[in-house]
Amino acid sequence: MFRFLRGAPVSYLFLLPALVLLVVFTLYPVLYGSYLGFTRYTAVNFATRTPPEWVGLGNFRTLAGDELFRISVLNSVKYLLVVPALQIASLAVAVLVNRQLPGIAFFRAAYYVPVITSISLAAVMWDWIYNKDGVLNWLLKGLRLMSPDSNLSWLLDPSTAFWAIMLVTFWRGFGYYMVLYMAGLQNIPGELEEAARLDGASPWQSFWRITVPLMQPTILLCTLLSTLSAIRVLEEVLVFTNGTGGPLNSTYTALLYVYKKSFGGLDFNYGLASAAGLVVAAIALVLSVLNFRLFREGSVRA
Amino acid sequence: MTRVVPAAPPVARTVTRRRSARPLRQALTYLVLFAIFLFAAFPLIWTFVISVTDSNAVTTGRTVYDFPASLFPQKVTLTNFFNVVQTYPAVGRAFLNSLIISGLSVVLTVLVSALAAYPLARHEFRGKALIFGVILATMVLPTETSFLVNMLTLAKLKAWPVVGPLIGLGSYLGVVLPTVSTAFGIFLMRQAFLAIPQSLLEAARIDGAGEGLIFRRIMLPLAVPSVAALSIFTLVNTWNAYFWPSIALTGAQERFPLAVEMLKLKGAFNDNIFNTAAGAVIMMVPILGLFLFAQRFFMRGLEGAVK
Repeated sequence: MFRFLRGAPVSYLFLLPALVLLVVFTLYPVLYGSYLGFTRYTAVNFATRTPPEWVGLGNFRTLAGDELFRISVLNSVKYLLVVPALQIASLAVAVLVNRQLPGIAFFRAAYYVPVITSISLAAVMWDWIYNKDGVLNWLLKGLRLMSPDSNLSWLLDPSTAFWAIMLVTFWRGFGYYMVLYMAGLQNIPGELEEAARLDGASPWQSFWRITVPLMQPTILLCTLLSTLSAIRVLEEVLVFTNGTGGPLNSTYTALLYVYKKSFGGLDFNYGLASAAGLVVAAIALVLSVLNFRLFREGSVRA
Repeated sequence: MTRVVPAAPPVARTVTRRRSARPLRQALTYLVLFAIFLFAAFPLIWTFVISVTDSNAVTTGRTVYDFPASLFPQKVTLTNFFNVVQTYPAVGRAFLNSLIISGLSVVLTVLVSALAAYPLARHEFRGKALIFGVILATMVLPTETSFLVNMLTLAKLKAWPVVGPLIGLGSYLGVVLPTVSTAFGIFLMRQAFLAIPQSLLEAARIDGAGEGLIFRRIMLPLAVPSVAALSIFTLVNTWNAYFWPSIALTGAQERFPLAVEMLKLKGAFNDNIFNTAAGAVIMMVPILGLFLFAQRFFMRGLEGAVK
């Protein structure tokens, strides 16, 4: 009777460290964090060991009345605009580099370098580019896209700071998705494209009729990943604006709000921060479902 | 990147039609490739140039913003690097911190992931499907407030006797432990273990080898490419991590890694971007070198995540 169990204790032993860490640092935070969203709990509670006080939807009512939270959620949603740009560009680049050309390996590697650049390094480097005397202004003036005597500080101007930060997200992301798309492209049998070419299909036709339909699972995965990280954008706005949320709060995002309520300012309002986190999580969930729907309908048509 | 699609042999019928357009198209392709290259690499190239520019030679008449002339420094020097290390000794310490944090992360991540992946790939036991399901499900959990709760957990751990200072808030292990056990790592190692022939395991068991021995002597050595991929992946991620270390090391500034210290450096050298650039290069060079050296493993790790 016990024979089939013989190996089990050993198996559990192997799994133990991973499971303990997952439970303590991944599962528990999600559950406890969700609970905190419905309580009044602050740094004072934590220090004096007074337990969280259940307030039901109180925090959510506070959030609904907070103009700053409304702005921050809107900014996070607006940040999703980076997703289509990022996905179209990285798929195009993947198709471009997914062939044998002399030196192509160099370009593939170079495009990946921004991915391994830390956000703090990016902040240092792009600061010089966005400076009023920086390279971007120089480039735009050279291309006659900007009048020679204008001096735009991209990160300090409320109308541009948001887009400037988004460009950095794009810069750090397209190499990552390029590699994922390349992996997907390599799973497409070469004969298919060959056959299409013999039948007289143009590269453009074979891209839309063969590559895109067959790449649908990868496109779904990449779009999903990029949607979730866009709605959760935090480090970029934290680092580029020194945690201020940018000029006129133009780069204040929902997770920055969570962060500021947790550690910034004077209130250390863990309960309210958790409630805000729950709102972002709910939006992320809805977006995932939407993504799935969208792509499943697409696949039915294809 | 591991597996390059072999170029299709030119089909006789299409050759005549295509030959005339080819050189122009090739040139155009390279033009596009180069334009994207400039977009991707320019910030790094410029940072590197600034870091080796002799600031004295520059300030006579022009600044680094005097573009594009500043891309070609009149005098190349290493002074900026010495300046950084001398006037900002925290950089050396931060470099060491980064090494410790990344090193601990790599070792523990690989170990914990591989240990968990072995039974999931090769054992039959009760609850296996459930456990694996839960592990994979952690990938889609709403983790928006995890940093907050994890910080509170570490703060509580800090008060524990004996081990508190070792694993609590502000300790090296405190930064590392929450990031060690991931579905990604376990999944990656499980895929590697699944590919190892069953006959090897059976032979070892017949010879009386215990599970620990099989794990150490057969599974791990045969999964070296995946171990390398996961190691490099973890190393790059932890070396570059900014947000979590800055929280987990609250109250222990002397343990901040380079990625966190970098921004303070920028603030401290606001008036001297040559030194800032040198600091940036110090931070970038190890990871860039590693990436160029181990690109293949790196890409394989990513691809492993897709499949």
